Formats: sequence, C-alpha cells, structure tokens
Amino acid sequence: MAELGVTPVKDYKNPFSINWLTSGLWILVAGYLLYTVQSLGLSWTRFSEGLHHAGTLLDRMFPPNFSRWELLFSGLAESLEIAVISSVVGIFFSLFFGLFAARNLMSNLVTVPVRGFIAVCRSFHPIIVAILFVKSVGFGALAGILTLIIASIGFIAKLFAEAIEEISLKQVEAIRATGASFTSVILFSVLPQVFSRFIGFSTYQLDSNLRNSTMVGIVGAGGLGGTLFSAFQRFDYDFVSAILITIIALILFWEFLSNVVRSIFSE
Amino acid sequence: MLSGVFSVSETDSKIDHHWQRFTLKKQLSRYAVYLSFLIALVLSIRTVEVIPEFFYDAPEQIADLFARMWPISFEFYQISVHEAMIETLNIATLGTLVTLIFAVPLAFMNASNIVASPWSHWISRFFLVSSRSINSLIWALLFVAIFGPGVIAGVLAIAFRSVGFIGKLLSEAIEEINMGSVEALRATGAPWGAVLLKGYWPQVKPAFFSIVLFRWDINVRESAVLGLVGAGGIGIVLNNSMNLFEWQQVAMSLLAIFVVVIMAEIVVVNIRKRLI
Repeated sequence: MAELGVTPVKDYKNPFSINWLTSGLWILVAGYLLYTVQSLGLSWTRFSEGLHHAGTLLDRMFPPNFSRWELLFSGLAESLEIAVISSVVGIFFSLFFGLFAARNLMSNLVTVPVRGFIAVCRSFHPIIVAILFVKSVGFGALAGILTLIIASIGFIAKLFAEAIEEISLKQVEAIRATGASFTSVILFSVLPQVFSRFIGFSTYQLDSNLRNSTMVGIVGAGGLGGTLFSAFQRFDYDFVSAILITIIALILFWEFLSNVVRSIFSE
Repeated sequence: MLSGVFSVSETDSKIDHHWQRFTLKKQLSRYAVYLSFLIALVLSIRTVEVIPEFFYDAPEQIADLFARMWPISFEFYQISVHEAMIETLNIATLGTLVTLIFAVPLAFMNASNIVASPWSHWISRFFLVSSRSINSLIWALLFVAIFGPGVIAGVLAIAFRSVGFIGKLLSEAIEEINMGSVEALRATGAPWGAVLLKGYWPQVKPAFFSIVLFRWDINVRESAVLGLVGAGGIGIVLNNSMNLFEWQQVAMSLLAIFVVVIMAEIVVVNIRKRLI
C-alpha cells in the first residue's frame, strides 16, 4: 500500500465493538428477572406441577363437545348483537366527538373538554367499565353494549380527530368561499377527505368490539363470555374448548370479511 | 371506464361529460356493504334482550354508584393498593419479557424474507392468530385452571396474549426492511447468526423497541383486570372490595389504576419520541 502512495485509513469504527448501552440494558433485564422471580414468589416446582395439570386439562378439552350447540349459538348471537349495536352507536357518537376534538376546526374551548372526555373513556379497560355498568344497569346485554360504546368512543374518536387534523385546509377554504354553511363545509370538504380512513378505523373498531364482546360476559355483561365463564366454573372443559374454537373461527371469519370491506372502500 | 368514454367519443364525436367517481360494480358493492350493516343492525336491535326499564333507570343508578364512591378512601392505598399495584406492574413487565421468547421466533417464521417456506408461514400465522383471538382474560381463566390462582397465571396470560400482537407487527417490520445489506452480508459468506445480528437487527431495532413499549403500555392496562379471575395484581383487591360493597375502596383502586395507566402512557410516548 505504502509504495502506491495510499495510506490506509486507520481510524474507522470497529463494527463489532462492545456497545455498553446494550450490554447494560441486558444486565438490567437479567437483574429485573431475578428480582421479580424473587418478589413474586415464582418457583420452578409450581411451574412443573402446573405443566402436569396442563396435560390433564388438555386431555379433558379434547375432543371438543359441541352437543350443547344451542347454548353456544345463543351466546354467539348475543355477542354479535352487542358488537354490532355498540359499534354503530359508538361510531355515530365518535363522529361528533372526533369533529369536536379536531383542533384545526374547533376552538380550544370545545376541544379541551372533549379531548379530556375521550381520554377518560380510553384509560379504563373495558372490563372495569363493564363492572361499573353491570352494577348500575344489571346483568345482561345492555351493560355490554354501554361498555363497548364507551370503549369505541375512547378509541376511534381519537383516531377520527387525528385524521381530521391531517386534512388539507385548502378545500375547506374553497367550500367556505362559496358561502356554504357549517354543515355543508363539514359534509363536502372535510368528510370526503377522511371517509376512507374512517371506514378503516370503523372496521377495526368492529373487529375489536367483536373480540371484546366475547369477554365482557365474564363479569356478567352478556354474550359468549358468560357461557364460557360458567363452563369454566363447572369444569366443562370440553365445552370450553368448543367455545374457544367458535371464538377463533368467528374472529378469522370476521378478519376475512373486513378485508373484503376494506378492499371495496380503498379505491 | 376510460375505454367506454373513448368509444363514445369515436362514434358520436361527443364527449360524455357525466363523470362518475366509482364504477358501477364498486358503487353496488359499497351499497351492499351499507345494506348488510343496516340489516345486521336492525336484526340485532330486534333480537337483543334488553330490559328498557333498566336503561331508563341507568343514569340514576350510575349517579348513585358515584355517590357511594365518595369520599375516596385514601388510607386504603397504604393497606393493600400499593403492593398490588407494584405486583400488577411486575406482571405486565415480566409478561412482556416472556412473550419475546415466543414472539421473536414466530415473527422470523412469519417474515417471508427470512423463511420463504409457505408451511412455516401457515404454522406461525396459526399461532399468532389464535393468540390474538383469545382475550387476555380468557387466557387468564385457562392459566388459572392450570397453575391455580396467582401471579404465574397472570404473567402467562399476558405473555400468550401479546405473542400475536408483537409477532405480527415485528414480522411486518422485518418484511419492510431493505434487503441490500442482508444480501451483501450473505455474499461475504457470513453465518446466519451474523446476518441476523448485523443485517436484519439494526434495521428492525427502532420498530422492535417501539412495538415492545407499545405492548407494555397495553399490558399495564390489561394486567390491572386479570385479578378479577384470580390471576394476581390489583384486580384481586378490586374484586374483594367490590364483593364487600366497599365502594370507597373501589374508588381508590380505580384511581390508582387510572394514574398508573396515564403514567405508563406518558413514559412510553416520551421514549418512543426519542427512539423514532
């Protein structure tokens, strides 16, 4: 090299040098693992005993028992009803809440309280909301519907607001320049820009409401969850596996359907 | 659509001024979607079993519930909420760490630019979808049946539920990377471990951390309710106070959950801002 008149570059970074930050992170993780295993009282004997139980449990779960399909079907129907009604009502309210929370169209006087309300809806897990509703409106589908309406508002009103905040204001200005009323401005300049994203969010929310509607029954808010919980408590594990298979099939079928809907609406 | 316009203009030498945004087929399929939603809604409203008296009564009952929650019993925090809240955070964190053991290999199997075989995609997708379809509370029920009530069930429920989420998002992140550096490394004859570590990992790293943090945030929320079915954490305290109708203690637990959830979200948002 030297006779060619080229000096080799010496001060390049060694690509395989030890990254102290990463190794420190690993040590931290390992330390944390040791600490939690100590403080939570996790022990290997309990785990291995559990694995033994898991064997017997799986043994009792198979073959799945579909003989009580009427019960299964009524639970499934109730879950679907809860999901559909709560999604429609939740999306309807979210349209308004999303609009009122959009900072580019509304003044702070409106957006701040609406945003606060949306944040409160979002920060409690649906199960906790469901418990409160079961205590206040009694057992049954109504509590589930109200719960999932709250969950829907918390999730998609926020996404709607973000979508509206990202629109181009030129079209809004153009429509305004024609002397259009506020409703017309919303309908003809804002909505066309965000419609396909709204459809995407809405199918996502219907999806998540469907999943949650199989769960809220555990605390008595109607749907397949209640059937599942009572099957668990009666140790009917073959019926439990039948319910679980139904839930997975339902979700898969819905994912297929929502893909179809999304492909129809994505121009 | 365009060809239709041209054929008209060639024969009649007139331009069809009627402009349509969507083709007829698209328009019809859109209306079909609207219609089926409408039918589903009407069917649901007609068949759902709701007692209307309960519905009219609801605002009053809710007001009554909140009245009973006041004043919040703050002394209850020291008695049992604090310890249970720490346990909840530990369940969420440990569950997120445990889930990586399963989620990372499944993400590799699901990413078509690491494993090209369709069999491996189907197998991994089966596990990812089942993990996501079953709610964490239902996973918790299963694990309580296996390991008995306690923290282990909670940790495993969180872990099994998160596998689908992390695995799916991680495999999508892996599929989006630029394959140039991976091919360059392969061409030098690097072993697969080195390719993973120096080809894939640096490109996936920011996405990986932000996915894991995001899931941790969700897990904090979820681990707060696992105790309702006996899987440890603040949920057990909440359930006990509710069964005793100690609404002021319930309010304290709810307040603690609210504060912790908000704090977790703030932490995650700030770290993610720095990462991206």
